[in-house]
Amino acid sequence: MSPTFRFAVNVTPKAGILDPQGRAVEQSLPHLGVSGVSAIRVGRRVELSVEASDAAAARLVVERLAGELLSNPLIETFQIDPLGAASSLVGEPSR
Amino acid sequence: MTRVGVVIFPGSNGDEDALQAIGLADGEPVALWHEAASLDGVGAVILPGGFAYGDYLRAGVIARFSPVMRAVAAFAAEGGLVLGICNGFQVLAEAGLVPGALLRNRRLRFLGRDVTVVPERLDTPFTRALATRGPLRLPIAHGEGCYYADEATLDQLERDGQVLFRYVAADGGPAAPGDDRANPNGSLRAIAGVLNAAGNVAGLMPHPERAAEAVLRNDDGLAIIRSLVESAAERAASAGPVLVGTAP
Repeated sequence: MSPTFRFAVNVTPKAGILDPQGRAVEQSLPHLGVSGVSAIRVGRRVELSVEASDAAAARLVVERLAGELLSNPLIETFQIDPLGAASSLVGEPSR
Repeated sequence: MTRVGVVIFPGSNGDEDALQAIGLADGEPVALWHEAASLDGVGAVILPGGFAYGDYLRAGVIARFSPVMRAVAAFAAEGGLVLGICNGFQVLAEAGLVPGALLRNRRLRFLGRDVTVVPERLDTPFTRALATRGPLRLPIAHGEGCYYADEATLDQLERDGQVLFRYVAADGGPAAPGDDRANPNGSLRAIAGVLNAAGNVAGLMPHPERAAEAVLRNDDGLAIIRSLVESAAERAASAGPVLVGTAP
């Protein structure tokens, strides 16, 4: 049985794209009495497990999904974080 | 009678209105299921409004990978007429069948109200039945309708006549920058609808099919649906020899 690798894909709005969610969060800061926090960008994080022969093969699958499905390259960028090799039945490994 | 298809995704909610509007425009409405691999020989296709696949991940993206979209993409590549309305526009944009993307509305709120738009061109398969370039009142109902493309693409769209509709002020004058009444979702260059480069695929955020009969006190949208039906009929007629002899 192939080993399973777990990844997180972090998708954020591209630089220069208006992010109204980030702006709304920023506008709430004065209500918390917080100042000096800026450039808030709200994105999404997708975690997934991939069965593959090795980590490099697993990463290729994640790169394809991240580029074609999880993000829209016109408006978003993504970053892939390996969460470590894990046998399929083990939960998220400690980092 | 010209058969015009309406794709039904799980979560579509504008499908019945679109089917009804096709009938009002003297076409024969044909429902197409999202798992269908063929378009049943229709002369044109509408991707309706709604929340296909719950709008999960991004509006339109999961619908883009449904089996029927493979058939729609092939149909479009052959010059077939495709109109995406609201969520259907989002599906077309995610599929790369029209340029650009639809972002969250600038003020974040879901918007359900009437807007005023003008067609930029009357010589397209989607606007030919409009009598004038005068303003139309059409309803919008969306959370992600802020049209976005990079500056170079926007310039190219303007240059090549791919801007189909624009949001304008109620009197028909241009929407001033930041005018939330006229351009409520903050679309760049106030773009409400675009064409692909070949001119046979269009995406439109407002809902012409929801303003297509007098009993609704607004039939401004009917001419858009009628344009599609007429264009599909013309296309079928010019492809006559292909249709002859298909009877068993």
